[in-house]
Amino acid sequence: MADLTELGVAAIRDGVANGDFSAVEVAEAFNANVAAAGELNAFIVATPDAALDAAKATDAKRAKGEALGKMGGVPIGMKDLFATRGVQTSAASHILEGFTPEYESTVSQKLWDAGAGMLGKLNLDQFAMGSSNETSHFGNVVNPWKRNDGSDAALAPGGSSGGSSAAVAARLCPAATGTDTGGSIRQPAAFTGITGIKPTYGRCSRWGIVAFASSLDQAGPMARDVRDCTIMLEAMAGFDAKDSTSLELPVPDWEAGLSADMKGKRVGIPREYRMDGMDADVAKSWDDGIAWLKDAGAEIVEINLPHTKYALPAYYIIAPAEASSNLARYDGVRYGLRDLPEGAGLQDMYAATRAAGFGAEVKRRILIGTYVLSAGFYDAYYTQAQKVRTLISHDFKNAFNECDVILAPTCPSAAFALGEKTNDPLSMYLNDVFAVPASLAGLPAMSVPAGLNREGLPLGLQLIGKAFDEQGVLNAGLALEQAAGFSGKLEKWW
Amino acid sequence: MSVDTETVAKIAALARIKLGEDELAGMVPELNAILGWVEQLGEVDVTGIEPMTAVIENTLRLRADAINADPLTGGDRRDDILANAPVAEHGFFGVPKVIE
Repeated sequence: MADLTELGVAAIRDGVANGDFSAVEVAEAFNANVAAAGELNAFIVATPDAALDAAKATDAKRAKGEALGKMGGVPIGMKDLFATRGVQTSAASHILEGFTPEYESTVSQKLWDAGAGMLGKLNLDQFAMGSSNETSHFGNVVNPWKRNDGSDAALAPGGSSGGSSAAVAARLCPAATGTDTGGSIRQPAAFTGITGIKPTYGRCSRWGIVAFASSLDQAGPMARDVRDCTIMLEAMAGFDAKDSTSLELPVPDWEAGLSADMKGKRVGIPREYRMDGMDADVAKSWDDGIAWLKDAGAEIVEINLPHTKYALPAYYIIAPAEASSNLARYDGVRYGLRDLPEGAGLQDMYAATRAAGFGAEVKRRILIGTYVLSAGFYDAYYTQAQKVRTLISHDFKNAFNECDVILAPTCPSAAFALGEKTNDPLSMYLNDVFAVPASLAGLPAMSVPAGLNREGLPLGLQLIGKAFDEQGVLNAGLALEQAAGFSGKLEKWW
Repeated sequence: MSVDTETVAKIAALARIKLGEDELAGMVPELNAILGWVEQLGEVDVTGIEPMTAVIENTLRLRADAINADPLTGGDRRDDILANAPVAEHGFFGVPKVIE
C-alpha cells in the first residue's frame, strides 16, 4: 500500500469512505510518524489511543453503512490551547502544566463529531505569545525544513501555532488546528510550506480555547492544501451560544463552492505593503502571485491601506492589554500551579505562583498590558490604539469598494534560525507586520505556499477577504495553489 | 513616556507578579523599547474617530431566563470545578488564611 501519511484530509476522507483503506490503518500510520519524530518536539502529549478509538468508531460506522462525517477517518493534531476532556491542556505554560479539563472546547468537539480523531496535543508558544515557538515551557519546536546551504541550522517553525505547522509539514498529521491572534496561523504556515486560514472573527467558537486577546483570537485549520483547509474549516465553524461573539450565521458549503476561476474578480495590491528594503525573494514571490491571479482571469488593482504602519504598534497595545486581563485568572487557586512560600499570605501566593508559572515573554506582555491600562495612561495608550484600530478597519472597508480580495506576502522573510531573534522582542514582533492588520479588522485571511526562496525555504502568500467572505479567500487561494504547483516535499532528517 | 525601575516594580505589584532584582532591571529597558516604539501612534490624527468596540458588528444575546439553560455551563458542577484545584477541601477551594 502507498504511504498513507502522504495523503491529505480529502484523500483520507474519500479513501476511507470508498473502502480503499481503513481508518485504523490511517491512524496507525500517523501514530507511527508521531512516535518517530521526537526531534521535532511538535507534540507536548501524543494520544495514539484516542486516534485509534476514533478510527475504530469510523470503521464500525462504515461497516453499518452509516454516514462518516466531514472528517470521517481523518486523524488530526490539536493545538494545546484547546481544552480537551481528560487530556492535559497546558497552553505550553508551566502554570497550566497538568491541567486536565473536565470539558471539551466547542471546536474540538465539532471535529470529533465530524469523525476526526486526535493524534495528540501540539506544542505552541506559551499562551500563544510568540512568533517562533521559542517561548514554550516544553521546549522549541524545530522546523522540518532546512536551508540548502548545508549549514544544518535548526529553523523556527513560526508561531504561535509552531507545533501545528511543523507536524503538518513533516507528515505527522494531515491537518491540525491553529489559532490566530496576530498571525499565529498564517506566519507558521508560511514558514513550513503549508496552508492555513483564519476565518472571520466569530466564525469559530472561542469557548474552551485558552484566551489570549479575546477581541482578536480566532481558530482555524492548518493543512497541506486549500481543499483540506476548506473541509476542516466547515467542520470547525458554526454558531455557539456559549461564545458571546459567535456569529449567528449558517456555515456555507465552502467545499462545493471552490473554484479557481478568477474571472470578474478584482484583486487589490496594497501599496503600503511594498516596504523599503523588502526581501528580494519575498517581493518576487508577490509578483509571481500577481501574475498567477491575472492568468486566472482576475483584474489587478492597486489599493491604499494608509494606516498599515500603525497596525503593529496598535496590536502591541491592544493584545497585551487584553492578555493582562485574561491571564489574571491564573492565581494558584482554581487550577494549575500553586507556589506557596513558607508563611506566605494570599497576595504573596498570587505573586509567587505567577512568577514561577509564567515565562519571560508572557510576563513582559502582562506588564505592558497592565501599564497601558493603568490610571493616567489608559487614554494615551489604550483608547488611542482602539481609535487607530477603527481607522485600520475603515481602510479595509474603503479598499473593498475597489477590490474583492487582497493579495500580499504573509511574512517579510522565510523561516529564521532558532535563537536568531530571541534577544530582541521588537524584531520578533516585526515578523507579523503583514499579518496583524487583518487580525485587527477581524477579516478572513489565508496563507498559501508560493514557492521556495534562494535558500530553499518556503514562502507564503496571503489573501485577505471581506468579512464573511471565506469563499472568496479560499477560491483565490486555490488559484494561487494551482499556479504555484508547490509540492511541499522535504527531506526527512529526523 | 518611559518607565523607571520604581514604575516597573509598581506595575509588577499591580499584576501580582513577583520580580527579582535582576529580572526587574532587565525588564526596564525592554519595556522602554516597546513603549518607545508604540508611541508613534500619537502621530495619527484620530479627531472624531470612535474607539473600536467590536470588529464585526454583532448584538449581544441574552440566554434563556432558565436555571441551567445549558447544563454544561449551568450549576451542579461543583466536583468538576474543583477537580483541578491545587487545594480543595469540603467542597471549597482552599487558600491560605486571609484573616489578620
